[in-house]
Amino acid sequence: MDIMAIIGAATVIAAGLCIGLGGMGSCLGEGNAAASGLSAIAQQPDEAGMISRTMFISLAIIETGAIYCFVVTMILLFANPFWQQAVAVAAK
Amino acid sequence: MIENYDEAIAFTIFGIPVNWTIASTWIVMALLVLISWLATRGLKTGTKVSRWQTAMEVIVAGMRSQVREMANDRPMKYLPLVGTFFLFIAMCNLLSIIPWFKVPTASLTTTAAFAFVVVLGIPFYGIRNAGIKGYLKKYTEPTIILMPINILSDLTSTMAMAIRLFGNMLSGALIGSILLMLVPFIVPLPMQMLGLFTGTIQAYIFAVLAVVYLSSVAPVKTEGGETETTCENK
Repeated sequence: MDIMAIIGAATVIAAGLCIGLGGMGSCLGEGNAAASGLSAIAQQPDEAGMISRTMFISLAIIETGAIYCFVVTMILLFANPFWQQAVAVAAK
Repeated sequence: MIENYDEAIAFTIFGIPVNWTIASTWIVMALLVLISWLATRGLKTGTKVSRWQTAMEVIVAGMRSQVREMANDRPMKYLPLVGTFFLFIAMCNLLSIIPWFKVPTASLTTTAAFAFVVVLGIPFYGIRNAGIKGYLKKYTEPTIILMPINILSDLTSTMAMAIRLFGNMLSGALIGSILLMLVPFIVPLPMQMLGLFTGTIQAYIFAVLAVVYLSSVAPVKTEGGETETTCENK
């Protein structure tokens, strides 16, 4: 197996693992946060506005991990530095 | 599949190439200026006001009350900067349903510029609120040993704001284009509607986080006899 095939296979596997595991962890966290927020709203419906606002902000912050994984996956798939270097070496 | 707007040249001015990110930023800016000019053309104080004025009053009053609740402070201190963030990002994200429009917030350069403004705004508002001494005191809490971590937390939290907005908008555009390739009819529609929803939420969250970070150093002085009881540091 030449070096290009190894880099290509490793990149695809790494990108899939990255978005899969990262998305899974982030989704679990968001689900927990949303469940807690909903039960808090059910207990205190008067404070629904404040609770849902805080919940949205915390959901966005929790989501940051998944967004980082997404950006890394995009870099791996579309702007992979190792692949470009291998192409440059092979072109010599 | 992934389009790089920073390299697509829209036109050149005096030999300087202008890429699509900047060009669409200018389009959004022109739209915002036009709408605000139309809305503030004939302001009246009576009971019969135009629809434009009513809409603008609803938006500004909503932003004012949100900023007041988040910052526990006079809202007009933060509103010019944060309101502009909200209106600009919301406008960009809502325009993403126009097919040929290159959304400026889906480029890391735009969001990084926003985050840089927030980074500069933290010392500005901190010194304005509590003086230089009070601002620098924020970094020595709880002990002076933690100063590097405090400085780092300011930088990383604002950088996370930039990457969050960029990643959300990019993923929305990407999901749309992938679904458009697989199933061209009907199916991309709910994803586009979800994209509108997340776009609005992201604009709101960017503005709220900007308020939270900018007002992280609360004023210590009392204004007009009222005691400000905010010692929150985050």
